[in-house]
Amino acid sequence: MALSQVNAPIYEALRKFRRMRVVPFDVPGHKRGRGNMELTEFLGEDCMNADVNSMKPLDNLCHPVSVIKDAETLAAEAFHAANAFFMVGGTTSAVQSMIMYACKSGDKIIMPRNVHRSAINALILTGAVPIYVNPDVNSQLGIALGMSADQVEQAIYENPDAKAVMVNNPTYYGICSDLRKITEAAHAHGMLVLADEAHGTHFYFGENFPISAMDAGADISSVSMHKSGGSLTQSSFMIMGNGVNADYMRQIINLTQTTSASYLLLSSLDISRKRLALMGREIFAETVQMAEYARSEINSIGGYYAYSKELINGGSIYDFDVSKLSVYTLPIGLAGIEVYDYLRDEYDIQIEFGDIGNILAYISVGDRKRDIERLISALAEIKRRFGTSGTHMLTQEYIAPVVAEAPRTAFYADKISLPLKDAAGHVCTEFVMCYPPGIPILAPGELVTKEIIEYINYAHEKGCQLTGTEDINIKHLNVML
Amino acid sequence: MELWFTERHTPNVKFSIKVDRQLYSGNSEFQRIDVFDSKEFGRFLTLDGYMMLTEKDEFIYHEMITHVPMAVHPNAENILVIGAGDGGVIRELTRYPGVKSIDLVEIDELVVEVCRKYLPSTACRLDDKRVHIYYEDGVKFIRQCENKYDVIIVDSTDPFGPGEGLFTKEFYGSCSNALKEDGIMVNQHESPFYAEDAAAMQRSHKRIVDSFPISRVYQAHIPTYPSGHWLFGFASKKYHPVRDLNGTIWNMLGLKTRYYNTKLHAGAFSLPNYVEELLCEVEQKG
Repeated sequence: MALSQVNAPIYEALRKFRRMRVVPFDVPGHKRGRGNMELTEFLGEDCMNADVNSMKPLDNLCHPVSVIKDAETLAAEAFHAANAFFMVGGTTSAVQSMIMYACKSGDKIIMPRNVHRSAINALILTGAVPIYVNPDVNSQLGIALGMSADQVEQAIYENPDAKAVMVNNPTYYGICSDLRKITEAAHAHGMLVLADEAHGTHFYFGENFPISAMDAGADISSVSMHKSGGSLTQSSFMIMGNGVNADYMRQIINLTQTTSASYLLLSSLDISRKRLALMGREIFAETVQMAEYARSEINSIGGYYAYSKELINGGSIYDFDVSKLSVYTLPIGLAGIEVYDYLRDEYDIQIEFGDIGNILAYISVGDRKRDIERLISALAEIKRRFGTSGTHMLTQEYIAPVVAEAPRTAFYADKISLPLKDAAGHVCTEFVMCYPPGIPILAPGELVTKEIIEYINYAHEKGCQLTGTEDINIKHLNVML
Repeated sequence: MELWFTERHTPNVKFSIKVDRQLYSGNSEFQRIDVFDSKEFGRFLTLDGYMMLTEKDEFIYHEMITHVPMAVHPNAENILVIGAGDGGVIRELTRYPGVKSIDLVEIDELVVEVCRKYLPSTACRLDDKRVHIYYEDGVKFIRQCENKYDVIIVDSTDPFGPGEGLFTKEFYGSCSNALKEDGIMVNQHESPFYAEDAAAMQRSHKRIVDSFPISRVYQAHIPTYPSGHWLFGFASKKYHPVRDLNGTIWNMLGLKTRYYNTKLHAGAFSLPNYVEELLCEVEQKG
């Protein structure tokens, strides 16, 4: 029987397998939950029953020949791609694998500096050298934008030996570059185009969204199905066009991916793909409607600025993803991270993140109208109760880095630990970032400056959760000797 | 044949009323709505299977949630009622000649429609010309109001389902902002008796205490609600619920009530020790 998008082969195989009541003398050792009743009571028997090992009826993610292969074929079709891989190490592993596919040690890769840490991690793993395109910064909002096609063309012209161009589609805040034009320019010079679509799953299924990477002709994309797609945390897709050797890609993925892939994650990807393929249009229309409603209500509170397509400028903001609810908070005299903390501590509302000047509330089909009302009311209350005149607020969010060494060279170099305040002028060997969003303030190989130290201290003081350094308290920084 | 309506009050306690017949059952966008007739309690309304009111004991709830703030506020003219699609609070409010305007905000239009048809004893005054009905989420309605109302009555369902937003800090904060500087907010405050209800009661009390300088709790005996022991919250920026009660003036209005009187008003704020302890616990925490 021919498969279509109404099928979910892994899910169907799991259901069939359950009915067979096979006696397990294999891993996992909890044996359908019986060996760990406390966990089974917590997660539920159905969940434990689905936590099984790779075997003939259920295929094997490392070398798929049956149901996983079928599910990957359906996923490729759903994402307008030639091939798709189920990823169980998060989009982080997908991003790393696509960079490892494109670049070997010493190869150049053109990318915006506001990439997720996983991309720079991949540079440490491969030894590839980043050619950063500094994104434009919206000086009012203080957020790093997309790369304009002109900037990328310039970088391609200056680095004709680069192997690939990487693009965020969209950024965490919902901003898109002109992916089609960037792809044309990269292809004209024989470079691969890699897209980080961690925040762009819905581009493939909804209407009136920015163009998806596959439709723009990009070569490989990493898609966080677990964000807007509804699958379980840590499950993602990597999708690719015809120009990519999928069999070699599988070898690359298998270098670092687990050999015991979780069937909870795999089935969640399978079921979620089916759901989006069948109902994605309605699902995302509803999401957008909720985001637009929240945006207009938040803007009517005054002070807050929930931005949208009016930011589009043809270059560094080529398009905007209206399903994102990003709100600029500085006019009410509060840093985004402060509003983020008030929402949780005072109003029991957890949003995705707050940075220096903005908050991001993640809207999805799982939201209820009444919860959106709560969020809006809580923002109104925060302004009323805690709002200030808004002076002494640091706005600068993006500091163009000075790259002194390749990330891998710096990461593995002989280093010493210095107090943060004394690190200016040295080359950093580790990451410093706020998480989320996980975009590095400093990456290995970059020069530490006074401005960056001031920024780190300010973020720390405002309550950002800083991560990345060996010193868990971020008081010391490792720098090259 | 025996037909019984049963509501689970805790996982281990059930409350049942023998039903004579079912008059209505329907689903709105928000909830399931049912109306039954019974021998013991007369007609009764349930939402998602939870008892909202019976003809026999609704007077207790509606009198206590309405007359307590109305007897304290010396000049309540503009009133906001949130929830209360059954019309019981409106019926009591329209008895005050001094009331100029009553805004009723009910999220579910079907509740009002069903009550108009099947529960005329509570819905009877919804057409009073002072009453303006808005069918929207109370959380949304209230955040657009500032310094507007003398009294706000929050006649909510339970803190789960469509009414859950009416138990949040953002909502109470918006209420405080929507009240005039001598305004009073009264709310349905759940029960102190069963553990789960008591926890919800404490949570909402804590949030009200954080939002208003004066916040007291009073009680009534409502046979068809879990445990029968029910609480209301009285929150205000200026008036104390007992010290600022002027019983003479209220009694001169000559309103005939079956449960409420001004002596009981003062007494209702005297709570059992275990309830005081539950309240103190959250009042002291930060």
